[in-house]
Amino acid sequence: MNWLSFLTYLLVMAGVTYLVRVLPYIFMRKEVKNRFFKSFLLYVPYTVLAAMTIPAILFATDNIYSAIAGLLVAVVVALFEKGLLTVAISSCVAVLLTEVLQRFVF
Amino acid sequence: MSSFRKGFTDGIPIGLGYLAVSFSFGILAVAGGLNILQATLISMTCLTSAGQFAGLTIMLSGGSIIEMVVSQFIINLRYSLMSISLSQHIDKTMKLPQKLFFGEFHTDEIFAVSMGRPEKLGSRYFLGVIIAPYVGWSLGTFLGAVCGEVLPPMIVSALGVALYGMFIAIIVPPMKHSWKISIVVAIAIALSLCFHFVPFLKNVSSGFAIIICAVLASLFGAIVFPIEEDKKEKENKEGGSV
Repeated sequence: MNWLSFLTYLLVMAGVTYLVRVLPYIFMRKEVKNRFFKSFLLYVPYTVLAAMTIPAILFATDNIYSAIAGLLVAVVVALFEKGLLTVAISSCVAVLLTEVLQRFVF
Repeated sequence: MSSFRKGFTDGIPIGLGYLAVSFSFGILAVAGGLNILQATLISMTCLTSAGQFAGLTIMLSGGSIIEMVVSQFIINLRYSLMSISLSQHIDKTMKLPQKLFFGEFHTDEIFAVSMGRPEKLGSRYFLGVIIAPYVGWSLGTFLGAVCGEVLPPMIVSALGVALYGMFIAIIVPPMKHSWKISIVVAIAIALSLCFHFVPFLKNVSSGFAIIICAVLASLFGAIVFPIEEDKKEKENKEGGSV
């Protein structure tokens, strides 16, 4: 891609992303005391990540079966409270093994 | 342990995870027609997973600037919510300039480990915690861009779940310890499934859908299961077991 259009896109992309991150710091200077609002904020990260993951993970690999294997393995390993990296790698390995099995066994 | 060291240690697993995930971003970017430097520059300036993947698609398809602005705003709007949460969890060493600097490095995972710390955090902690993730994300993109084309497609397919695996590692442990979080997450998932499969609802863009699901489920949680002050500390700690 030519540099002029690339840099235009990049400037917009990075600029908007940065502003979204820091605007609350500029406009919200006081500590939030409200119990309702605090509870809402506590739930937000989990609900955002859950909505981003499901069902999108089902379409993230070559086929839905290997994706389901990846999802199940990730959930089980996460239930054992392993770290981010362990869960991510286990999930990738599950997908890989499933696809190898699909190609060479079935 | 100094707060810088604590932060740095917390950042290492995130950085390693990012190395794997951004590798797949590098592969995609170069396959789509960017050069290695361009792919790496995106990761160095944006440091966001979902936003970058969406932005890359728009770039490569020659989309309009308006589309770029709206998509980045919606997909990354969750960072605003996280910054608001985080602004309640920082100490006096975080003045406006520090906030404006460290704000660039707010990601889902850095947010999760920071909120998991029971104590209020200062600039030394944040300086420590951002190093490994930033290096991992940028370096991973670079490596993916350089050697992506030689990898077999099966490996590329397997790397496709890396990002989601990381998200699952953040969501599941707190669900195990708190039935309130479990129910609220289940609602978010149910809504998200509706936005993918129900006619009419599935026409809503995925960025919008994520925001609607998260806001509705979190509102439900805040109304029906408000968190007690001391309980919140406890659940935050559990959330930090990642």
